[in-house]
Amino acid sequence: MRTIGSGDLIYIIMAVRWTLLLSLVAFLGGALGGALVALARSGEYKWLRIASAGYIKVFQGTPLLMQLFLAFFVPGLFGWSVDPWMAAALGLSLHASAFLGEIWRGAIEVVPRGQWEAATSLGLRYWPKMVLVIAPQAVRIAIPPTIGFLVQLIKGTSLASIIGFVELTRAAQIINNATFRPFTIFALVALVYYVICRPLSAYSKRMEQKLLVAAR
Amino acid sequence: MSYEFDFADVFAAWPELLQGLMNSLVLSALAMVIGMVVSVAGALGKTSGPKWLRWIIDEYIELIRNTPFLIQIFMIYFGLPSMGLKMSSNTAALLALVVNVGAYGIEIIRAGIESIQKGQIEAGKSLGMRPLQIFRYIILKPAIQAIYPSLTSQFILLMLNTSVCSAIAASELTAVAGDIQSRTFRSFEVYFVVTCMYLGLSVFFWSVFAAIERAFLRKPTR
Repeated sequence: MRTIGSGDLIYIIMAVRWTLLLSLVAFLGGALGGALVALARSGEYKWLRIASAGYIKVFQGTPLLMQLFLAFFVPGLFGWSVDPWMAAALGLSLHASAFLGEIWRGAIEVVPRGQWEAATSLGLRYWPKMVLVIAPQAVRIAIPPTIGFLVQLIKGTSLASIIGFVELTRAAQIINNATFRPFTIFALVALVYYVICRPLSAYSKRMEQKLLVAAR
Repeated sequence: MSYEFDFADVFAAWPELLQGLMNSLVLSALAMVIGMVVSVAGALGKTSGPKWLRWIIDEYIELIRNTPFLIQIFMIYFGLPSMGLKMSSNTAALLALVVNVGAYGIEIIRAGIESIQKGQIEAGKSLGMRPLQIFRYIILKPAIQAIYPSLTSQFILLMLNTSVCSAIAASELTAVAGDIQSRTFRSFEVYFVVTCMYLGLSVFFWSVFAAIERAFLRKPTR
């Protein structure tokens, strides 16, 4: 056991870049997957609707930690070895795809039927209709819950520490094992997460209020 | 695919798995009940308490909502003992879950209370209803109806969160999975089976919540 020094604090603070990078990768992966899930879920093909609904249910009905463990071990079945970074990025992306898919499906379906019909009667096919008419209206509704989920995702990256990826939480554990000052170290880490997440939460809440007022 | 599946070792450990499942179930249910009490108390404090109390509750909500559950559980299990507050891993897990769900529950309950329009309560008064009757027939049921979906999905998230408690070796399902894995090395098989068990738990809670809704919260038919 040794005392906690400024080097330790810098080590912890620097690890935040892995938390941010993992959050970013998972969010981008989740946005891509989520768009596909949302389109499948609100589309015309019954089997796609059922498959995407099943995907959402499974990911919303099992712990994120289990999803990360499986993302770590399943590629091994096919002979691919993944490191904790890849497993965490894969697991969190699949997780985010399900949640963002469900959020965006809701946003797509809130767009009034008349808008769909008007677009169709203007002779727009599926993609122009989606991109030019439905998406611009759905995006406005989807922003607050999407940012809200981003906060969940950033917090969720802390679980990557359990499968051995060295991000903020894991860095804190490593320093704690050497210095054994759990209260100071975890309070510091909590503060770092808070500083990242609080503005996002506040923004999401403000946007939501704005939409509520606009809807009245 | 050259991998050979071997579930035999995992299934052989079924008494442990079942025990872990029951522990997770009990831990979740306890945290839901206590968390509900905390949420209602907090919501009352937030809607009708003094200003300093509202401020404390607001800060508590923001602090918990903007930090990871894993860090909260570390603070309680590893951090508090250095201030002289020691507890077993299972107690710490329960406390962490309650503290966490409270921050979400308070806002949900508050939204329910505020969803009741003043005119409804005034109508009750002018019909000569007593305060308890007004609470029972006018406030309680519509308020619960309004928040039931968000409250129950919060409870499902709470149940899924119990798996994180394995990080402090609380005796629940994920910790059992870790034990079996380190003994048998059948990593994929263990976590696959345990993931299915969690899905089973979710389905169980979903159906319990749906049954409660059907029995008590059915909207009046016009």
